[in-house]
Order: sequence, then C-alpha cells, then structure tokens
Amino acid sequence: MNGEKITKVVLFVSSLLILFLAAGMVYTLLNGAIPAFNKFGWNFIFSSEWNPTEGKEEYGALSFIVGTLLTSILALLLCIPMSFSASLFLGEYYKNTKIANILGSMVDLLAGIPSIVYGLWGFYVIKPLIVDLGFNEQGFGIFTSALILSIMIIPYATSLSSEIIKMVPNELKEAAYSLGATQGEVIFNVIIPTARSGIVASYILAFGRALGETMAVTMLIGNANIIPKGLFDTGNTMASVIANQFGEAEGLKLSSLIAIGLLLFLITGIVNSIGKLIINKLS
Amino acid sequence: MGKIRYNKIQTNGFSFRLVKNKVFFCFVIFMSMIAISPVVFIIIKLIIKGIRQINLNFFIDVAPNTLEAMTAIANGEIIPGGIANGITGSILMVLLASVMAIPVGILTGIYLSENQDKIFANIIRNISEILQGVPSIVLGILSYLWIVINITKGFSAFAGSVSLSIMMLPLIIKSTEETLKMIPSTIKEAALSLGVPYHKVIFKVLLPTGLGGLLTGILLAISRVLGETAPLMITALGSSVINFDITKPTSAVPLLIWEFYNDPNLLDLVWSSSLFLMGFVLMLNIIVKRIANKWVYG
Repeated sequence: MNGEKITKVVLFVSSLLILFLAAGMVYTLLNGAIPAFNKFGWNFIFSSEWNPTEGKEEYGALSFIVGTLLTSILALLLCIPMSFSASLFLGEYYKNTKIANILGSMVDLLAGIPSIVYGLWGFYVIKPLIVDLGFNEQGFGIFTSALILSIMIIPYATSLSSEIIKMVPNELKEAAYSLGATQGEVIFNVIIPTARSGIVASYILAFGRALGETMAVTMLIGNANIIPKGLFDTGNTMASVIANQFGEAEGLKLSSLIAIGLLLFLITGIVNSIGKLIINKLS
Repeated sequence: MGKIRYNKIQTNGFSFRLVKNKVFFCFVIFMSMIAISPVVFIIIKLIIKGIRQINLNFFIDVAPNTLEAMTAIANGEIIPGGIANGITGSILMVLLASVMAIPVGILTGIYLSENQDKIFANIIRNISEILQGVPSIVLGILSYLWIVINITKGFSAFAGSVSLSIMMLPLIIKSTEETLKMIPSTIKEAALSLGVPYHKVIFKVLLPTGLGGLLTGILLAISRVLGETAPLMITALGSSVINFDITKPTSAVPLLIWEFYNDPNLLDLVWSSSLFLMGFVLMLNIIVKRIANKWVYG
C-alpha cells in the first residue's frame, strides 16, 4: 500500500469511529432501558408515579417530561424578546460596527459561563428576588429555573438569527425605504418575513439546548417528583432527576433513569434535527 | 421565505409612525442591554464574594473538610484550604479527553472537507451535528455504563474524561471542516502539481495553513468542557485528595463547587472557586477570539 492509500484509509477509519460511537450510544441506552420498558411498558411514559420503595417499586417519567417541556418552553418564551432584540442590534441597527462587536462578544461570554455558576447566581440572587416579589414562598420552581434557562440560551438563539438577519439582501430593504418606510417598518415588513424560517430554526436549536440543561435547573427547580400545577410550583426535569438519583441507583431504578436518558436523547435529537433541517433548506 | 409586505408600508399619518419607530428602537436597545446584563452582574457578584478567599493557599491546598471550616468560621478566620485537588483533577481529565478527542476530531474533519459530497461524509456530518446536541448528562450515563461498570470497575478520572471527549469531538470536527473549507483550493493544487504525496499535502500544507482555525476550535472545545459538572458527577465522582491515577475517583473544579454548595460550612469557597473557574474559562474565550482575529481572518 502506498502513502496516499494509507492516508485515505486513516481518514475513513476515523470517520467510521464516529459512526460506531453514535451506534454504540444508541445501543447502550436501548439495552439499559429495556428492563424498565419491559416492566412498565407505555406506563413508563404516561405514569407520574415515582416510588423507589423496595418491593413496590414503580417508575413513570411523565412528571419529568412535563417538567422538562414546561421549563424549556417558558424559557424560550422569556428568551425571545431579549435575543430577538439582541439579534436586531447585531444584524440590523448596528451591523458591522464596533459597538455591535462588543455586544456580540458579551453575548458569546454568556455561552462561556458554566452551568453551575448560573445555578449559583440563580440560587443566591434570583431566588431571593422571586421570594421578595411574593411569587412563591421558597423561591424554587418552574419559573425560577426557566428564567435562568432563558438567559443561558440567549447566545444560541442570538448568534444564528443575527447572521440570518444580516443576510437579508439590501435591495429588498432599500425598496421599502424608497417607499418611505421607517426602519421599524422595514424590520417588521421586510426583514422578519424574509428571515422568518432562519429565525425560527435558531429558536428551535436554542430550545434543544434548554431541554438538556442539568446543573442550573437542578439547583433551582426544587426537585419534587410531581407534575407541577402552576408556573411557580416546584417540579423536576429529566436531566435533573438523572443528576440527582443516578449515583445511588441500582437495578430497576438504574434502568428507569437510563430510560429517561434515552427519552431525553431522542427528544433533543428530534428537536435539533428539525432545526438543522430548516437551516439546511435555507442554504 | 415569507411574503414581503411592501403594501403594509403606509406613508400617511406621519408623526405617529416616526414615534412608533423610535419606541421600537428604544425597546430593542433596552432588551439588548437586559440580555447581556447577566454577564456583568455575575462577574461583579463573583468578584465581590470570592476575591477574599483567593490567595496562594487557594491554589496549593486541597479542599478542607467541614470540621476545619467550622473551626475557622468560629474563630472568625477565613476558611483554610483551597482547590488544588480540583485543579489537578480538571487538568488531568481535560488533558486525557483532549488526547482522545483531538486526533479523531481533526482526522474526521479532514475526511469531511476532502469528501464534501459523498453520501457517507454527509451521514457522518449529520451524526456529528446530532452528537453536538446530546445533553451532557446523557454522555455521563453512557460513560458510566461503558467505563465505570466495565473497565475501571468504579468511578474514575478515565470515565470522566471519556464523557468530556465525546462532548469535544463534534466541536473539533466542525471547526476543522469549516477551517479547511476556507483554504483556497489553489494552495492544495499547487502542492499536488509539484508531485507532493497526499499525506504530505494534508500534514505539511493544509494543517499548517489552517492552524489558527484548528487551534481556535480546540480551545473553544476545552473551554466548553472545563465547566461541565453533570457528567462528572456520575463518572469521576470527586475526591478529597490530589489524584493522578486515572482509574480512581478524581475531583474537578466544578465538582468542588457542587460540594461546597451542598455544605453550608464551606459556602465561602463556592464563590472563590466559581470566580477562578469562570475567570479561566472567560480568559480562554478571549484568547480564542484573539487567535481567530489574528490567524483566521487577518
């Protein structure tokens, strides 16, 4: 074999490794989740019973699925006004200026702050604020975690949508200006319709981020294994129940936690694929 | 692409439209400031609360136990000890993760950029993008099932670094591919036309030309995994001593933060260790920006 062949084989094998890695991940999660799905069947997804008492063990993931979706959707809603404004700032109002560069760097820094530091800040700064405002007594809960999550996903939503807003052709905007439009009208009637699918995609990807966040949510959601009844109620998410209970889990409980991991893997995988699909269609 | 609505632009009712425009502009500025304010608030909070604890001992001592901290608080002294076990553990695990992730990541990135339109390359590209979205806690579960149960038979630094390396892989693959794509094909063709063998073109022409981009990707990946806590909780577990044995439980800075957070007596250390971790991560980010500006775009 000559050098060229060897090089090509090495490159190919290393790509193959990625394929095996992904296949191995799916296989391991499925394999680990089988005992739980065998025992509880569909009830695992549709039951909210979580009882580790020996002898009458019963595990259902519904309350965690609801908790995850609720915090993530609320986080997305809270994130939209901030990140949309920031992406207009970066992509339209101050496009390619020094001040946009500074704001962009600050937004990037948001992505660099570790999850556990967000959790600490939420615990010692935001939680007392929520208590003082009288939303709920202990300050833990869906809303508190969603608020922190919404800050954490700002950079993911902003960086992509600002790029897409930047790419809106100048001719389209100039046509509107020539009709006497104000900049606000150009944004609402030209930029948003043109960049709509890209902006939607960036929010879908940010939503995918929120689904899997662990530490900050664990520190703020209250870790109660119940379906939350309101936005200020405590709850638990899929990621945080794994983080809290995986360490001492064995047997059926371990399998149930792996099954929750599998569900989380699937949900984030689907959400991210939809986002990427929309983006790939754009280019 | 949605329908552009030129017909919605009405030129009568002059002043009200201008007011609306101004109000929306102010809203955008205000919300943008709100969006970035957490960075400032968090940094200020960490500095005010944490700077007092940062001294030489903070870097060379291991974390104190509850009793030592209680005595110190009772005597009105600052808590003794530091985060040396966390720093060494973080270095050990991130180094190990880099050793595993960088070669595979770069080689795969080269494969993807050299075989743009092949179906297999497309599959790998999509898989890598899905891997990037996998929550870190799920990577922790996988590393637990693979390494903790089967290989090291217990919590270990190796298990921690495997979960970190899976996190780093897609980031490195993506940055390598993007960097190599930007290199003009004429450079590669010039080398090939001189009769330079293919592997030499890759290692002597493509990689050196794209070095800035590759370095940026690697440092960014490292800065992302440095602060990871969740996967390490269920793989490396933590340790109260400095440990360099990769088959033994090992601590890391974020793990120590988690421990301090859960122990009311050690609370003061939470801020200083968070300040240290965040300062380090932000510094890496700034270095990345510098490199990117200098080598990739300059």
